[in-house]
Amino acid sequence: MPVEFRKDLFADERDDNLVEIGKPHIRQDILGHVTGRSPYYDDHLFDGLLHMRCVRSPHHHARIRSIDTSDAERANGVVRIIRPSDVPQNMNTLLALLNFGRDDEPLLTPEKTGYRGEPVLAVIATTEAAARDAVAKVKVDWEELPHVLDVEEALKPGAPVVNATYPNNTFDYHDRYDHQKLRFGDTQAAFTRADHIVEGEYQMSPIEQAPIETCGAIASPETNDRFVCYTSTQALFFSVAVSAKQTALPSSRLHFIGGTVGGGFGGKVDSHHEPLAILGSMLTGRPVKYQWDRAEEMQVGAPRSGERWRIKDGVMNDGRIIAREFTGFFDAGAYTRLTSYGVQKCTGHLPGPYTIPNVASNTYCVFTNRTPSTAMRGFGITGVDFSIECHMDRVADAVGIDPIELRILNAYRDGDMKAHRRTAKNCALIESCQVVAQKSGWALSHDAMAQSSLIGGGIGWRGEIPETVIDFAGEIGERRSNWIDPEPYAGAKQRELVAAGTENEHPATGNAPQREDMVIEAERLGFKVSDGPPNAMPVPGPAPATPPAPADPPIPVAPVPAGTVPPPPAVPTPLNGTGAPRRSTGPGPSLPAAARGAPQPPQPTPEPHPPAPAPVPEPALGTPRPAPTDTAPPAAPDTAPAAPEPAQRPPRRPGVSRFISGPRGRR
Amino acid sequence: MKIPVTFTLNGTEAAAFADPGQNLLELLRRGLGDLTPKFGCGQGTCGTCTVLIDGEPQLSCLILAETAQGRDVRTTAGLANGPELHPLQTAFMEGFAAQCGYCTPGMLMAAKALLDRNPSPTRDDVIEAISGNLCRCTGYEPIVEAILSAARAPRHSTGRPA
Amino acid sequence: MLDVVTTDTLAEAAQSMGARARFLNGGTLVMRAVNYGDQRFDRIVRTREALDHIQARGDRVEIGAGVTMAQIMASRDLAFLAPAARAVGGPAIRNMATVGGNICAPHPYGDLAVALLALDGQVTLADGVSLPLTAYLSNRQGLIRSVSIQRPAGDAFRFRKVSRARPKGISFLSMATHLNRSAGRLSGVRVAYGAMGPDPTRVSAVERALEGATLDATGIAPALNAATEGLNPPDDALASSWYRREVAPIHLRRLLLGEAAR
Repeated sequence: MPVEFRKDLFADERDDNLVEIGKPHIRQDILGHVTGRSPYYDDHLFDGLLHMRCVRSPHHHARIRSIDTSDAERANGVVRIIRPSDVPQNMNTLLALLNFGRDDEPLLTPEKTGYRGEPVLAVIATTEAAARDAVAKVKVDWEELPHVLDVEEALKPGAPVVNATYPNNTFDYHDRYDHQKLRFGDTQAAFTRADHIVEGEYQMSPIEQAPIETCGAIASPETNDRFVCYTSTQALFFSVAVSAKQTALPSSRLHFIGGTVGGGFGGKVDSHHEPLAILGSMLTGRPVKYQWDRAEEMQVGAPRSGERWRIKDGVMNDGRIIAREFTGFFDAGAYTRLTSYGVQKCTGHLPGPYTIPNVASNTYCVFTNRTPSTAMRGFGITGVDFSIECHMDRVADAVGIDPIELRILNAYRDGDMKAHRRTAKNCALIESCQVVAQKSGWALSHDAMAQSSLIGGGIGWRGEIPETVIDFAGEIGERRSNWIDPEPYAGAKQRELVAAGTENEHPATGNAPQREDMVIEAERLGFKVSDGPPNAMPVPGPAPATPPAPADPPIPVAPVPAGTVPPPPAVPTPLNGTGAPRRSTGPGPSLPAAARGAPQPPQPTPEPHPPAPAPVPEPALGTPRPAPTDTAPPAAPDTAPAAPEPAQRPPRRPGVSRFISGPRGRR
Repeated sequence: MKIPVTFTLNGTEAAAFADPGQNLLELLRRGLGDLTPKFGCGQGTCGTCTVLIDGEPQLSCLILAETAQGRDVRTTAGLANGPELHPLQTAFMEGFAAQCGYCTPGMLMAAKALLDRNPSPTRDDVIEAISGNLCRCTGYEPIVEAILSAARAPRHSTGRPA
Repeated sequence: MLDVVTTDTLAEAAQSMGARARFLNGGTLVMRAVNYGDQRFDRIVRTREALDHIQARGDRVEIGAGVTMAQIMASRDLAFLAPAARAVGGPAIRNMATVGGNICAPHPYGDLAVALLALDGQVTLADGVSLPLTAYLSNRQGLIRSVSIQRPAGDAFRFRKVSRARPKGISFLSMATHLNRSAGRLSGVRVAYGAMGPDPTRVSAVERALEGATLDATGIAPALNAATEGLNPPDDALASSWYRREVAPIHLRRLLLGEAAR
């Protein structure tokens, strides 16, 4: 299908004289693909290859009373059974590498399983069939436990505890809350002056990535005291680090070969195959393959999380959305993989591509007795976008305006302040709506067709961080002992005001995740941290605060000539021929459009956002607010990596395993 | 007890020992080192293990290896004639008809079976021919286009073995 | 360890069967079970005897148990059955999957068996004993040598497979009917469903409701009301029991009236 490049849009922000981009190219790896020679992990042959299969829980939630492996051990071809006690570091969480979350998931589970298909033992045998037969011979005495499969049921007091590391069935955010907050402006005051309140609930099922190549890894001892690991991973350095941690080997002894992945889509990040295959290789001294079959890929492979969303909008008669609240539930399944991070990603995406002056969200990462959920193509974004766009249609219906015009009216424009306190740039929703309408023969008003992402953004309130009402409800464990509703501000005993313009790092407003969280813990990668003066990687400090924008009055709508769609207006900023971000004026947020003297184009009358009397904080003014320093995420400059230095031995020239007979002439 | 199996693989006589119950895919890959057919499901759903048995596409993961005795087996490894690619391979390369590449060997064999039988297929014929082959990168459009373009390629009439 | 027994004749193969044996025909079901380590059997039995004949005799056609879906589609005598054969799998599966295997396939498979039920299928076993397909499906005892079906006149035979993915997807419902008409009234109609219970089945409530009816919207209304009478459709990953009940009458109407799917 031919691609149509709309070079008329944003033409002045782009250099079209590019050498590669926009021109058809033959992929560098395609000769391997069409000849069947691309070396996927399983396309490496080993003499004496052993096969690993796992004994898995048949129950959603169960305790192991006892395991009898005697028949399995005697079975034909069985070489070794790996038990939880054989795993040097059995507990892990994928994002421990980023100091995000606690180790909560065993590689092999010793006592209590939290989802159907959870592995409790691994059997290594000479053939796959022998491994399967032996797995069938392992007798596990299960005690079934009550289970919970629904995110909101799991939040209730008395719900079964899914994951002992998080006994409230919620991931802990900022060491303080059972959810991730976002607070921007004052939604509750805005609801009282809105002409319409529009509410809706939306839900999206988990989605399996279903790569055609199932997940797997082959590990084998090398003669240089290392282990080679061929893997299907799509996150090689995650896999190296997780393997180093769980096998207690320095990463300098792990020789990972990946990069040829038979489809990943997020499902090949979790790094369970590599440590198990390496451990099998350590314990048997032979090459070991651990590969999921299709049934495992579908049942055990972590999907995108299921999500449930409730959205409440305050809307004016002309379609302007003046307030939006979200209550979101992500189903993490039984353990933390990447859904905890998906929630934060999601929070940075709210309220969707729309400029809404008052936004609040409470988003929960909930543990249930389902398969753990992880990354998948835009995870954290897709589900809430589905919900938001369904809701936009519902709003359009409630207010009685065209759904595409509603989107154009409320769309982000360059320079607008987003709810997570970053400035919107490179916006293109308006243009996308216009092109879609044109292509589908959908009639739009001249006014809607005349709008542009480049004009009207960032002016007045649109570019400012408003005074914000914060609350402290939903502290860890609070909901489980004494139920409060999950909605924003529900159950708040105390509210406070954060001054306008505060580029806030407080967890009660929802802070941007890309700062102190991103500190590498070098030891986990097998590197020794220097004892000398900290050679810390510079952590970027907070961006300079947005200069206060002039408090512009609402901009009058300029008349638009009827009949034709005006060409995109010229942008006065100098043309940037290097493809750098447009309107970049150096580091930090770009200046509001008004400050750059942009022409005043037609634009919707912004919500005047009256300098309303400051909302009076709820009672309890005397209650001391915990010092922010107590709750700020730990910055750890002293653990920042020194120059990488192998912990044990200097790297040697990579050797060849004596077990590798090599890809027989087919590389 | 190992079972000796001999058959023709891409025009050359091949022999290997099969385990009881072993499927042809495993025999080709581990026994004979032809790694071009892939494992995707082991249950006849994905099609990436497709090979031609006596000219017809079949799923090697569902063929008991010993039943290949005396048959003519063709895989992606035999598509190119030395350095000279089959027109389907060229069309897949030029038309960006592979992303991760894992379904590609099966797609190519399904497409070859179609073109061998029907040198001028319609678009619907092509869709039907690859309907048992899944591509999760969702590249079906370029794959269909590539097969149609290979059918139009002048080399098609001469470039394939009988 | 799996044991593979290959015999010269089907009768010998039948002798080698037992509770822990599976008969290998096209392999699409048995090899899948082998690949997944099915512990319910440890012997595979197969035969060198060719079971791939297609023989038209009078108003009936006999089809060998080893005939593949592709062979049905290529047979002039079985042109009426081609849509049902084509509903099974993709081209590679159809080159392997056989008539005998389809009759023995567990839910949700067995689209062809649904068609054979509507065509008054009679099964002949390895030992020469014949019995109605409906009876065979109740316990699936014995190796099938062949199945004989009625050759339908005109458009009397209709088949419909309903799945979520096109062109290839597993049925959540398949339907077949053979519509006998005399003097404008239906008589001796056969209706069969697949994926609406543990096995493909004739639907006697619908057949009774069609007896003596006219083949039009009014005439078939009682049959549509009875569309799922006596059935307990399964809940599975493809469709819920509720959904199957809801949509069955709609697809039955389209089948009976020859309406195109929307």
